[in-house]
Amino acid sequence: MILIVDMNWKKDSLGYYEFVLPILAVAKTQDQCTVKHFLEVTSLEVSQCERVILSGTALQDTATLSQPEKFVWLKETEKPVLGICAGMETMGVVFGMRLIRCLEMGMTSISVVKQNPFCCEDFKAYSLHSYCVEPSANFEFFAKSTKCAQIIKHKTNPIYGVLFHPEVRNIELIKTFIQLKG
Amino acid sequence: MRLGVLFSGGKDSTLALHYAAEKEEVACLITLLSENKESFMFHTPNIDVSTLQAKALALPQITKKTKGEKEKELADLEDAIDEAAKKFKIEGVVTGAVESVYQAERVQRICNRLGLWCFNPLWKHDQKTLLEELLEKKFNVIISGVFAYPLDEKWLGKQIDTKMVERLVDLQQKYGLSPAGEGGEIETTVLDAPLFKRKIEALDYGVEFRGNSGVFIIKQAQLVSK
Repeated sequence: MILIVDMNWKKDSLGYYEFVLPILAVAKTQDQCTVKHFLEVTSLEVSQCERVILSGTALQDTATLSQPEKFVWLKETEKPVLGICAGMETMGVVFGMRLIRCLEMGMTSISVVKQNPFCCEDFKAYSLHSYCVEPSANFEFFAKSTKCAQIIKHKTNPIYGVLFHPEVRNIELIKTFIQLKG
Repeated sequence: MRLGVLFSGGKDSTLALHYAAEKEEVACLITLLSENKESFMFHTPNIDVSTLQAKALALPQITKKTKGEKEKELADLEDAIDEAAKKFKIEGVVTGAVESVYQAERVQRICNRLGLWCFNPLWKHDQKTLLEELLEKKFNVIISGVFAYPLDEKWLGKQIDTKMVERLVDLQQKYGLSPAGEGGEIETTVLDAPLFKRKIEALDYGVEFRGNSGVFIIKQAQLVSK
């Protein structure tokens, strides 16, 4: 079971169709999925699923960034987690990274910095973010754009962040994540 | 949240409006009337019908004429959205973008500059499912433009029904056409939808077809009760 966390500012929002459904469409081809809004996710639910994907949000939506306390489960879990866009930014805040104003929109060139499970050569991805994070010492970073870190991973746990939107132009990345061993 | 919907009167913007109205308050429609038949972003043969559609929906509408030259068109769109923000106090914009990162990025940039939210409720949705959803929700949609082989004049003015959806999906397999016309192969006009308080009846129309493209032009139409 994959838990997809709806990161939009409220449950059952207009952002659900744009930021959650496209991820669900890819993920459900690989495994059973369940969707929960971030305010409803508990450590128990996380422990009952195999892996977790945190969705992105609208550019103006910063609700999760100001509520890192709702994501304490992120620090406790050993399950694979993929944070997409706002999902990665929130992950950054939870793990004490610095959030920096950084705007990227549209197709963006991504270059590989370090060998990783997702990409072995440079590629283009769809970006829609107004913040980025500065990877902290407990994270390594796998890929970057000209402006900022684009793919990061926690050094010991299988916790990944991607700043671009793989559900838009790089769906293989989501499938690769789902096939990763826990 | 008060929203303005970028509205061409075609199936995608009308369905996006439907979703938006279910979740938030739609304060106005925003329509660009393109004078350029090859417009990059807003080409719809029956765009003038949108005024009648706005009346049918009982929603105020900001309309702006544009020559439809690539960058000028975007400046005109930004002006129209800005006007909607000032006049109707909208906090966000809704589009019917499904697949085009070109369209989506341009509107996102405008909204970001104006400090507005931007929503694309049909984004990345499966095209066949979108067509089926229109049928389920009892939208009356006609084909008002065809722009790719093997679509011909026989399609113009026809209502999208179950059989047509099957044919479009079939053409996707044979010719690589996108079934919902997202690649610009098809333009549509909505004559009736759940949010329409009255429906549109075409009284006079004409068909123009040249080479591999054609349009169905509604010359005269009226609103009738449902």
